[in-house]
Amino acid sequence: MPVSKTVGARIKRREDPRLIQGLAHYVDDIKLPNTLHVAILRSPYSHARIGAIDTDAAQNLPGVKAVVTGSDIKDTIGGIPCAATDPEGFPGIKVPHHPVLAIDKARFVGEPIAAVAATSAYIARDALDLIEVDYDPLDAVNSADAAFADGAPVLHEDWDDNMAFTWQIAGGDIDAAFAEADHIVSQRIEHQRLVPNPMETRGVLAEYMRGKDQLTIWSSTQIPHLLRTQLSIMLDMAENHVRVIAPEVGGGFGCKLNVYAEEALLGHMAKTLGQPVKWIEGRRENFLHTIHGRDQTGVVELAVKNDGAILGLKYAVTADVGAYYQLLTPAIPTLTGLMLCGSYTFQNVQMDLKAAFTNKMATDAYRGAGRPEATYLIERMIDIAAHDLGLDPLDVRRKNFIGTDAFPHETGTALAYDSGDYTAALDRAVEMADYDALRWQQAELRDQGRYLGIGFSTYVEICGMGPSAAMPAGGWESSTVRVDPTGKVTVLTGVSPHGQGQETTFAQLVADGLGVGLADIRIIHGDTDAVQYGIGTFGSRATAVGGTAMVHAMGKIKDKVIKIAAHLMESNPQDIVLEDDKYCVQGAPESGLTLAEIAQVAHVGVGLPPETEPGLAESHFFEPPNFTYPFGTHIAVVEVDADTGEVELQRYIAVDDCGNIINPLIVEGQVHGGIAQGVGQALYEEAIYDESGQMLTGSFMDYALPKAHNFPRFELGNTVTPSPVNPMGVKGVGEAGTIGSTPAIANAVIDALKPFGVRHIDLPLRPEKLWKLMQERNDDSL
Amino acid sequence: MYSSHKGGALVKIEVTINGEHQSHEVEPRMLLVHFLREVVGLTGTHVGCETSLCGACSVMLNGEAVKACTVLAVQAHGADITTIEGLAQNGELHPIQEGFWECHGLQCGFCTPGMIIAAHQLLERHPKPSEADIRRGIEGNLCRCTGYQHIVDAVQYAAAKMTA
Amino acid sequence: MIPFDYHAPKTLQKAMRLVREHGDDASVLAGGHSLIPLMKLRFAAPAVVIDLGGIGGLKKVTAGHETITIGALATHYAVESHRLLPGKCRLLPETASEIGDVQVRNRGTVGGSIAHADPAADWPAAMLALNAQFDIAGPSGERAVAASDFFVGLFTTALQAGEVLTRIRIATPPENSGGAYVKMRQSASGFALAGVAAQVALDSAGNCASVAVGVTGVASVAYRAHAVEDALRGRGLDAIAEAAAHAADGVEEFQEDHHASADYRAHLARVFAQRALTRAFERAT
Repeated sequence: MPVSKTVGARIKRREDPRLIQGLAHYVDDIKLPNTLHVAILRSPYSHARIGAIDTDAAQNLPGVKAVVTGSDIKDTIGGIPCAATDPEGFPGIKVPHHPVLAIDKARFVGEPIAAVAATSAYIARDALDLIEVDYDPLDAVNSADAAFADGAPVLHEDWDDNMAFTWQIAGGDIDAAFAEADHIVSQRIEHQRLVPNPMETRGVLAEYMRGKDQLTIWSSTQIPHLLRTQLSIMLDMAENHVRVIAPEVGGGFGCKLNVYAEEALLGHMAKTLGQPVKWIEGRRENFLHTIHGRDQTGVVELAVKNDGAILGLKYAVTADVGAYYQLLTPAIPTLTGLMLCGSYTFQNVQMDLKAAFTNKMATDAYRGAGRPEATYLIERMIDIAAHDLGLDPLDVRRKNFIGTDAFPHETGTALAYDSGDYTAALDRAVEMADYDALRWQQAELRDQGRYLGIGFSTYVEICGMGPSAAMPAGGWESSTVRVDPTGKVTVLTGVSPHGQGQETTFAQLVADGLGVGLADIRIIHGDTDAVQYGIGTFGSRATAVGGTAMVHAMGKIKDKVIKIAAHLMESNPQDIVLEDDKYCVQGAPESGLTLAEIAQVAHVGVGLPPETEPGLAESHFFEPPNFTYPFGTHIAVVEVDADTGEVELQRYIAVDDCGNIINPLIVEGQVHGGIAQGVGQALYEEAIYDESGQMLTGSFMDYALPKAHNFPRFELGNTVTPSPVNPMGVKGVGEAGTIGSTPAIANAVIDALKPFGVRHIDLPLRPEKLWKLMQERNDDSL
Repeated sequence: MYSSHKGGALVKIEVTINGEHQSHEVEPRMLLVHFLREVVGLTGTHVGCETSLCGACSVMLNGEAVKACTVLAVQAHGADITTIEGLAQNGELHPIQEGFWECHGLQCGFCTPGMIIAAHQLLERHPKPSEADIRRGIEGNLCRCTGYQHIVDAVQYAAAKMTA
Repeated sequence: MIPFDYHAPKTLQKAMRLVREHGDDASVLAGGHSLIPLMKLRFAAPAVVIDLGGIGGLKKVTAGHETITIGALATHYAVESHRLLPGKCRLLPETASEIGDVQVRNRGTVGGSIAHADPAADWPAAMLALNAQFDIAGPSGERAVAASDFFVGLFTTALQAGEVLTRIRIATPPENSGGAYVKMRQSASGFALAGVAAQVALDSAGNCASVAVGVTGVASVAYRAHAVEDALRGRGLDAIAEAAAHAADGVEEFQEDHHASADYRAHLARVFAQRALTRAFERAT
């Protein structure tokens, strides 16, 4: 870690001037001459055979240039890829072909059937109404239970059932743990299906230059390089003739960590039509055909002693993964399995997963991706165990915490937690909340028939993804650092941020590391023609892995700069230090050289030390030796309205430990946003499909994103336990808030309803659900 | 089924956008947000939904914040429109823009133009808003990144600066 | 939306002529916050749109000693922000302030919302509680319809083909009266899962001299809760709880969806009737 001037400071973001003035360029803001606009016809049925498709009338609508159906492209565009189908990991996995446009059968509402390219988006949309499709509707499978029922309609007829895959993880001796237990605490828990909903929907612009045989795809994606590789395969083009650009990207939350039908389809259409083509996803399309998150239902059993000591955990779960796999679909629930032990010492653990094909959109990575499920269930089970045993949930947590001296800690699922001090975070949060006073207030209000609830979540999560051996598509990251002859620094990074602010945090690292002003640094990302290969931004990895790659590349630059400086100053490299932005002999900055002066020498190529290459650019590919494991304690205080069941979130205290912090302002923002999304899952959000597979919550009219007035001012604290996994000691913070907050809210609401004998309620905690419980049961304490 | 497609004769509209007079012929069905983005070329105003709920498309229409996805361009005939591009004056950021920058009131930035317009409306009507006023004042704007707290800070910053 | 011809008449007379001329092919556009979303979804596909937005006289809100008038094209915000209304009829600005969000209130119109008759819209409850009269222009001249006769069913009103709602008239509530609107928002759309508007006038003893309660969101159409009113008339604050329990009596067709069951909506009607009446009583004294 360099001596810091900007690292650790609340530096305002360098991305913002363009964003606050309406000068940024998201995909739809990029205008190419002669662009055709594409609209997609989508299946109105969740499950139907597709007969004849009559496109004549659409073709003949003035302004329409082309109509494409599945049969037109089935031999020219390959299937939509999934990177997590290794039969070693998933024995017997069924991997159905996933066409870009449905061919014989539609398997979910919103599945693309045909595409129209026209001179305007309005005309393209008009043309959709003129396409006639013969559908023969089939019975729908709308849940995992329905998928596994006897006689269930089969989605993929290459097989005779809807069992997509199974997966198991086991550690320790689960039978012994359960034999030794005083109690087995059991609960069925649902993790409802969610829709990620970044404010910018997906969108694609594609341009093909015939003379150069070059296809350029602008896509609102988190993974430009992985997308380029996959598109080159799907379109059968040389990868180095495909360029993917992720321009300004308006949020992702995992749903743009994927390869979608439209990306390949637009590439194909640009090539065949000889004109640029653009498709901008509507919000209702986004609900239907951008990946969903969560959707696991299982029974958890916790083996506990009378004193609250946890001996082991069993989780038998089904995942409703939808009709097809997207890029990482099968991998997501496996992250749940890995994190089942939470922040606790028990080693005996087992998860048995069955995944079902259903007539819905695929699930995949949504903020947290598998870890929120793990944290939610273990944190809920601890509260349920405390409830059943008559213990304070806080005491049960303390009792089972991994000790501060026990790191690195190997879990029953064979992870090695890097570092942690769980008690310190908990103590800090308890102090901030004034826990004893809250309990006192709760008792007093209960006497008045008012229901205050206090809920904890003491999470640990897995970040900095990750060692390549443990990742479906590589976990390393890359960076190139270049110093121009005038001393300006350009960083190329393989991570592709979309709101996380790495143009700022990376520049802070460079400013301190190389001794240049922030204004002289430029961070370039998201363009596969500019940046060497990279993996992308997801899994709270951009700084921990991408930042580390950059720090290493920068280290190589610095070594060379010092070598040149020493040569120029007729000194030894080991005597040169960076002081006040000058490379100098220690204590004599006035006689030192700036980076610009040294860069000029490096580029002129005269006066260099012997055997030194001219130029000043270095690259580094960083393979992380381990994941990182941020942790923290969140406390929610809620009041439930006894008349209506409405939940008022009164206070929210979050103490997070994400290791060293480069920019506290940005870290706070990540935590705030993460909390809000987790609260959304706890209180409001749910993707509901009806019996026939129609989505009932397919727009913002019916699917509630949290609004500003749903929140109190969050009270944030932090502890700092550096990670030993990377030289900066950072862990990652992109998903912590989401992972920590959902169980804190749920535990608080259920705590509020404790007088009614309530022990568990599935999410989201809608007012009616709570009101019904209060109606059905009496408040025994009154 | 497309008898109604006979309609749609172009209509001439005159508007003032960010102080500049503009005259265009448009299809009556063209939404104001598409007019601004596709015809006028001001792409700072975004589209985030089709149901008038996300607020990303907010602009000032005759001094009032509206959702430009729920206004026809032809309805704006004769109107004075301010978009996000028109807030900064002579290269100086508007205090609300400054507040968003200072307080980290944005992450991905997609909702930000609409959010700033909503804040602009709020501060015109309530120069010294309470935190609750601010949260209520931006209820027509969804943000998925920030959890809103830094946005509230940004509006408070601007309010302080504008009433100083 | 599909293409249409657009007309922007400057006078009501011209508008009425266009309405007559185009008959069922035409839709009348006020603020657009009901019609445009339907057109975007292609649920509404008029061949002709007649925009009333240029007719200045329909936008005015006046609050006189005897009558409050709201032009059909007045925006929700015009009512919310009217200087005199808080003193004369608190229920009106309070209802306006509960609609949608700031941008929607700036643009959406009172008349547009009333004519659309969404079963979860806020205005119908208030209009019922205030015994509003709706002035309607039509092919055979003007007529007035009481709010209680206007809301006929799901998205259905007493408006006939070729008729346009032009103005809302409300008798200015007397001294010693108070009104309130309380709702639970559907968490996504902001529409009312249940909304209750109550308007009371008290006698010198503090008992209820007159009362009207309008309920929205609960049934397929907004309704007057007559049973509540009957139970409360002549009685005082302490009778509210008992009276409010009748807020969902006689409802034939409840709204029911994944946001709220019929039972819950009926329960909310009772809870909010109590809250609205309590607040109305407080404001009347």
